[in-house]
Amino acid sequence: MPTEPTAGRPPSRVDLTPAAADLLRRLHGTHGSLMFHQSGGCCDGSSPMCFPEGEFRTGGSDVLLAELAVDGVDRPVTFWMSASQYELWRHTHLTVDVVPGRGSGFSLEAPEGVRFLIRSRLLTADEADGLPAARTGGGPDH
Amino acid sequence: MTRYAAPGQDGAAMTYQSRYDHWIGGEFVAPARGMYFENPTPVTGQPFTEVARGTAEDVERALDAAHGAAPAWGRTSAAERANILNKIADRMEANLEALAVAETWDNGKPIRETLAADMPLAIDHFRYFAGALRAQQGSLSEIDDDTVAYHFHEPLGVVAQIIPWNFPILMATWKLAPALAAGNAVVLKPAEQTPASIHFWMSLVADLLPPGVINIVNGFGVEAGKPLASSPRVAKVAFTGETTTGRLIMQYASENIKPVTLELGGKSPNIFFGDVSSAEDDFYDKALEGFTMFALNQGEVCTCPSRALIQQSHYHDFLAAAVARTEKITSGHPLDTETMIGAQASNDQLEKILSYLDIGKREGATVLTGGQRLELGGELAGGYYVQPTIFEGSNDMRVFQEEIFGPVVSVAQFTDFADAIKIANDTLYGLGAGVWSRDLNTAYRAGRAIQAGRVWTNCYHAYPAHAAFGGYKQSGIGRENHLMMLEHYQQTKNLLVSYSAKKLGFF
Repeated sequence: MPTEPTAGRPPSRVDLTPAAADLLRRLHGTHGSLMFHQSGGCCDGSSPMCFPEGEFRTGGSDVLLAELAVDGVDRPVTFWMSASQYELWRHTHLTVDVVPGRGSGFSLEAPEGVRFLIRSRLLTADEADGLPAARTGGGPDH
Repeated sequence: MTRYAAPGQDGAAMTYQSRYDHWIGGEFVAPARGMYFENPTPVTGQPFTEVARGTAEDVERALDAAHGAAPAWGRTSAAERANILNKIADRMEANLEALAVAETWDNGKPIRETLAADMPLAIDHFRYFAGALRAQQGSLSEIDDDTVAYHFHEPLGVVAQIIPWNFPILMATWKLAPALAAGNAVVLKPAEQTPASIHFWMSLVADLLPPGVINIVNGFGVEAGKPLASSPRVAKVAFTGETTTGRLIMQYASENIKPVTLELGGKSPNIFFGDVSSAEDDFYDKALEGFTMFALNQGEVCTCPSRALIQQSHYHDFLAAAVARTEKITSGHPLDTETMIGAQASNDQLEKILSYLDIGKREGATVLTGGQRLELGGELAGGYYVQPTIFEGSNDMRVFQEEIFGPVVSVAQFTDFADAIKIANDTLYGLGAGVWSRDLNTAYRAGRAIQAGRVWTNCYHAYPAHAAFGGYKQSGIGRENHLMMLEHYQQTKNLLVSYSAKKLGFF
């Protein structure tokens, strides 16, 4: 199940389940700083792909939805999506979970026998109002 | 009804080895790091073989073998290569049932499809490219009276191919047949979800090819796919999959200035104009089957007709008939010839489909039938089964915009021609589409207006060789299944020849 809105916490577009945070901690130990890029299309599309930070080059056609804090990981894990796909997903809140699976694509967790998975719910009106605009990638700071 | 025996059981058409190493240079080669991964069958969820877990060292070894084989293979005559492709097809035809059982066990799809579609199409594909190669000609351009430009087709050399898991042997064939016909050597990485059936295929045809012309490296994308796709030693990368990995492969290819062909999926509209229901005849029956094609291969098809658009004038009656037809889909053991829908290919695929059933409901789409995991008993209890599901909703919902890759169709209505085209094209993708109408002027205009590479007109899910297949928009680059793909695996060599003895006079 996706995480539900929590009163008193600032709204977010993306959350992690404890299992996903745990897996990110392990992957960080092996690979260093991490990023997600949300995939679309067939086969393993609609899955979040996890890479070493910078392995996947984001640009002006991508948006940064979240910088996910993970206990024990020094740099936040960035969560990116193509801007065109984000237009179709922007009304939903995403929770990164992890399930047993074979994975695919070049995502880092596949050899562990697990796969990151997105669970979704609708953003509440309060959340949607409280969220700043998602930042576009590209530019000199990337 | 026929129930095929599972691989290795009494009376089975084929048996899997208990372990598969890489296939490099015409022999099995153990992975450099000695690691293997278990391969479960989606039918029961139980492992049936273990497969080499390849790494960069194995990829390099496969590239060595391919580079060793490529020069001689590229110099063989077109007749010789075409003969070999035809012999591969003959060998497959003689072993069609065994290949079908192998594919169903590795992937989970029903045997009726592997017997009647996957294998016959793959066999024909080798024959098509054998014929295409024999008929292919270079060209010459007569520049002026003394100058001629000759254009020769030359192989690229060594190419990388990364294969998806939804049609493991057929998708490998779509890539192998043109690459081999063009005279290339191949390093192929099967999907980690379905790593085994291609090895059974290889065992049937290995003696027909020189060692090193086809090399198979198994393993995970990050460990084996990435070193292959990013290698400066490959002349081209062909990939079928999803958009993020497609972009990553383009990024790697840009570092080496290499071409790619990509097939990245879609969200295909299937449009039913009102005149479809003007008579309850064979055509109406065919159109209802066309609607139900969303369940073919459990919906794990890049061109799954996962958005059904039905004209308002017959919306309720046609949709009611479509729901009834969908509810007649027989689920069951994939090795039973009566079974119409088998198992999803992996547990994570099952979980992803279930997550879409959840968000579809949260967004307010109405479930008209299905909507849940299908629990089958006995030995199938651990398998990955989903009920064929029909959502009714609107095109801005996520179940209308993302390829779920499961037996799930989302239905919306449209008012007129312009509305149909507007909804059909309101998507990031443009791979396939279907148009159903008794008025062929309407069907033609719709087909031309839809931004997709393949528009099935009064049919759906046919994949004959000799009909180009590929995407518009974010669905990819290149056209498979056609002579065009032969040229995607070839260089053009131009010899610009002067037959004049006179100097130009510049110097």
